[in-house]
Amino acid sequence: MTGTTSESGLHLPRYLREDASLRTPVGFPDYKSTGLRAPLRTPVDLPHRLTELTGPVLGEDRITAQDADLTLRNGGEAVGQRILVYGRVLDSDGRPVPDALVEVWQANAGGRYRHVVDVFPAPLDPHFDGLGRVVTDSLGRYEFMTIKPGAYPWGNHHNAWRPAHIHFSLFGRAFTQRLVTQMYFPDDPLFGQDPIFNSIPPAARHRAISSFSLERTVDNWALAFEWNIVLRGKDETPFETEDDGDVA
Amino acid sequence: MTLNPLDVPAVTEPYQPLPGRSRNTGFLDGPVRYGLSPSATVGPYLAIGLSWPDGIWAADEGTEGGIWIRGRIFDGADQLVPDAMVETWQADPDGGFPSPEDPRGAASYPGFRGYARAQTVEPPGEFAVFTLKPGRVPDGEGGLQAPHIDVSVFARGLLDRVVTRIYFADEAEANAEDVVLRGLSEDQRRTLIAEKTDDGYRLDIHLQGDQETVFFDL
Ligand SMILES: [Fe+3]
Repeated sequence: MTGTTSESGLHLPRYLREDASLRTPVGFPDYKSTGLRAPLRTPVDLPHRLTELTGPVLGEDRITAQDADLTLRNGGEAVGQRILVYGRVLDSDGRPVPDALVEVWQANAGGRYRHVVDVFPAPLDPHFDGLGRVVTDSLGRYEFMTIKPGAYPWGNHHNAWRPAHIHFSLFGRAFTQRLVTQMYFPDDPLFGQDPIFNSIPPAARHRAISSFSLERTVDNWALAFEWNIVLRGKDETPFETEDDGDVA
Repeated sequence: MTLNPLDVPAVTEPYQPLPGRSRNTGFLDGPVRYGLSPSATVGPYLAIGLSWPDGIWAADEGTEGGIWIRGRIFDGADQLVPDAMVETWQADPDGGFPSPEDPRGAASYPGFRGYARAQTVEPPGEFAVFTLKPGRVPDGEGGLQAPHIDVSVFARGLLDRVVTRIYFADEAEANAEDVVLRGLSEDQRRTLIAEKTDDGYRLDIHLQGDQETVFFDL
């Protein structure tokens, strides 16, 4: 059978998870900070019960119209190449995830974050704070206008540089769907030396890379990149169609 | 190759189960039709994107019966992790969830959001969220789970969130019946049980080491 039906008739679906060989591991030796932080013991399987199958409703009341345009902050225009970043949030069965809160943060065009810990001597931009928030529409679509983030150096290894990326944080509709990830740009020459990018299993790396979209490029204004995000989907096979014992 | 949004099947199609899915395992590992987006670390600059003025309030400030859940996060060298984010999600005192995904229907408990996020910042290097003590919720097998809070920890140096649960030391009877706790050794259980304090509960999270917290795979 699929999911769990209690004596009281409570039907609990389960969220699919992908084969471990395609999931990003919590720790990755080349990314040094994982050494003392990534847990070492095997995680314990947690069955999907009500707490895991539900999730907070965090919608429109958390965002303002300005949150979708990162290029206009503090009364002026951010420096850099304007880009439209757009796509859909789907589950693994291709169903749109509507009303999902999408939070993004990124470095400015010079590769500098507006954060006390960032001491990279690239200029701060008074008109760029690097924060955006949007909610997906009824078809799971999102889009925001920003500037292309610069690459930046970090201390992981000699002459280490992060490829340009935008951090994404997503809530689906359930605790199981929570995702924090990073979006990359096509053909970045820095991919080869970046342990955070390379911690993604090779067969799944393309999923983290956006694609250039001439179609959505805004004439005389901004380039466009498309990035679709796939969260875990749930198995909702109706009880009566099931064929117990048929394990593939 | 990224997905083309035009290739996505219409939402109105009746859902057809895919052949080849394993059953009765309790978990459904692939094949999934669309590959999942890979997770990545929040990195050191998470505060830019993930700070909310009302983040720590799973229950509105001043809500009757409110408790503070506090804790610290330690790394494998027993050092405080000063740049982590903790998220909590839980039932209300009646065991309901403010979520339309609850098959029993969304609950609405006054002043209760059920979700909080808090960052560990030095000093004092601990997280704190204000909430209400959760009630017991059905375990889907005819029993009740002990009161618990689901917790996600995000930080630089973690390429995916790690998930754990907080249980309560003063719920010994419920804890003894809990299907998840029952599957753990005494040493493992201890890492999940918060101790009573003056204004709520306290539980430290150990990412590694002798006292490594039990983390869950969902
Ligand atoms: Fe970054």
